Amino acid sequence: MENNTAIKITALKKIYDNGFKALNSIDLEISRGEIFALLGPNGAGKTTLINAVCGIVRPSSGTVAIAGYDNIMQYREARSLVGLVPQELATDSFETVWNTVTFSRGLFGKAHNPRHIEDILKRLSLWDKKDEQIRFLSGGMKRRVMVAKALSHEPEILFLDEPTAGVDVELRKSMWAQVRDLRETGITIILTTHYIEEAQEMADRVGIINKGHLILTEDKNDLMQKMGKRQMIFVLREPLAAIPTGLGSYPLTLEKDENGDRLILTYDPETENDISDVLDNLKSQGIRPKDIYSYQSSLEEIFIKLVEAK
Amino acid sequence: MNIRGIRAIYVFEMRRTLRTLSQSIVSPVLSTVLYFIVFGSAIGSRIQAINDIPYGAFIVPGLIMLTILGQSVSNASFGIYFPRFTGTIYEILSAPLSFIEIVLGYVGAAATKSVMLGVIVLLTAFFFVPMHIAHPFWMAFFLIMTSVTFSLLGFIIGIWADGFEKLQLIPLLIITPLTFLGGSFYSINMLPHFWYQVSLVNPVVYLVSGFRWSFYEHGDVSLMTSVTMIVAFTIVCLIIIGWIFKTGYGLKK
Repeated sequence: MENNTAIKITALKKIYDNGFKALNSIDLEISRGEIFALLGPNGAGKTTLINAVCGIVRPSSGTVAIAGYDNIMQYREARSLVGLVPQELATDSFETVWNTVTFSRGLFGKAHNPRHIEDILKRLSLWDKKDEQIRFLSGGMKRRVMVAKALSHEPEILFLDEPTAGVDVELRKSMWAQVRDLRETGITIILTTHYIEEAQEMADRVGIINKGHLILTEDKNDLMQKMGKRQMIFVLREPLAAIPTGLGSYPLTLEKDENGDRLILTYDPETENDISDVLDNLKSQGIRPKDIYSYQSSLEEIFIKLVEAK
Repeated sequence: MNIRGIRAIYVFEMRRTLRTLSQSIVSPVLSTVLYFIVFGSAIGSRIQAINDIPYGAFIVPGLIMLTILGQSVSNASFGIYFPRFTGTIYEILSAPLSFIEIVLGYVGAAATKSVMLGVIVLLTAFFFVPMHIAHPFWMAFFLIMTSVTFSLLGFIIGIWADGFEKLQLIPLLIITPLTFLGGSFYSINMLPHFWYQVSLVNPVVYLVSGFRWSFYEHGDVSLMTSVTMIVAFTIVCLIIIGWIFKTGYGLKK
C-alpha cells in the first residue's frame, strides 16, 4: 500500500429492500498496520459494514477505497488485499484442511505455494490436522481454519467478524495472541466484537456503531482517559460522620453501606497523582484505612454510557 | 482474467464429484444400463425398427440426453446452491472474481461431469446394442453444448432456489417430463398431427433430434434447426445469468 490509509469509507449507506437502514452515512478511515475494533450491540450494523467493504453486500450509496482502490470499480485490486473471517463457521465440512486453505488461495488468483500454506497452518497450530476433514475438527480449530483461509492469499488487511464468538476463555486468549502476532507481520486488522474486553485487550483504536450510525472513533487509550474514571478507594476501620474539613481540597466522596464506610478519591492520573499526599492527610485527620484499592472504568462502561446516551 | 480462481472452483467441484463417485457417476450409469436392458434388449426386441434403426439403437441418443440433461441441471444447481446454503459463498463473493469467472468455474465443472457421464453411457451402450456414429463432430457438439447449456440452467436454478425442495422442483416437474416427451424413446413423427405440433414447443425435441441425427443421419427436425435452438437457449441462459450478477439476485443483499 502506497500511503498510510488502509481503508477509507465515505458516506456509506445501506438500506435493505424492506426499508431497514443498516448503515447511515458512515465515514471512517483506518490506518495501515493498526488494530481497529468496531464495537456495537447486536444488529448495530457491524457485519453489514464489513460485508459492504468486502463486496458481499451492495451499498446503497457511498464509496469504499481499499489502499486507494475503489472496491467496486477496481474490485480485483481492492479485494486481493483483503482477507475476511466471517462470524459464522462456514466451512466445507467434507474437505480437508489443506485443500480448503489451498482453494482459498486459488480463488484470489495466487500461485500455488505449499510453503506458505504450511507456514500458516503451523502458525495456527493446524499442521497436524492438515489431512483431516473439517467436519472432524473442534469448533476452535474450525475457527482457526477460517483464519488460515483468510490469510492464504497474503492479505494486507484482515477483517475478523466476532472472531471469538462462542469460544472458551482459553481459546479466546490464544486467538488474541495470534491476532497480535499477525499485527507484528504488518497486517491491518479490523475486528468486530461485542466482548468489549477483547477490544480493550487488543485494539489501538475503537469505533462505536449503533443503529447504523458510527457514534465515535477514538484512540482506545484516549477514549478511556477522556471518558473513563480512576478512583482510589479507602475502606475505613471506623464509621465517619462526614468528610473532615481538612480534606476538603481533595475530590473525595463518602459512601456508606453494610460493608462499612469508604472514602472515594476520583482523580486524573495525569495531573493529580500524588496519592501519598492524600494518605498523609488522612493520617493527620486520624483516619486509618483498613484497606486501599484502585478502580478504573472499563471500556465496557464507556461503551454502555455512549450507546445509552444515543 | 483470474484463471487461477476459475481453476480453484473447477478443481473443488470436480473433487466433490470424485468424493461422491457412487452418487455422481455409478448411479446414473446404472439406471441407464437398466433402461438398455428393459427397453433395448427385453421390450426393444419386440418393437419394430424406426427409420430402419433397431429400437435398441434408436433410443441410445435419447438415453444419453436423458442422463446429461438431468445431471447437468442437478450438478450445477447443487454446486452453487450448497455454498449459499452453508454460507461459504462469502468466499466466492469477496474474491477478485468476475461473474463470468464464477460461472466458468461452476458450469465448467458441471458440464465436464455431464460429458464424462455421456461418454460412459455411450461406451456402455456399445455392449448392449449394435450401433455407429455417423458424424462424430456433431455428436461431440451436441453432447458438449447440451451439457453446457443445461449446466447454465442448473446454475440459474441453484441461485433461484431458497430451499432443497425448490432445487428439485424444476428438474422433477419440468426437465424430466420434457425429456421423456422430447422424443427420447420415440420419433415425434409417430405422433398424431396435433401432438406433433405440441411437441415442437418442447426444446428437448431439438436436442434429441440433432443428437440422434449425428448418430444415424435421421432426425425429427433439420440439423440446422437443432443447432439454432441450442445456441438460442444458451444465449437466453447467459442473459439471465448476466442479469443475476448485475442485480445480485439471490447472491448479494
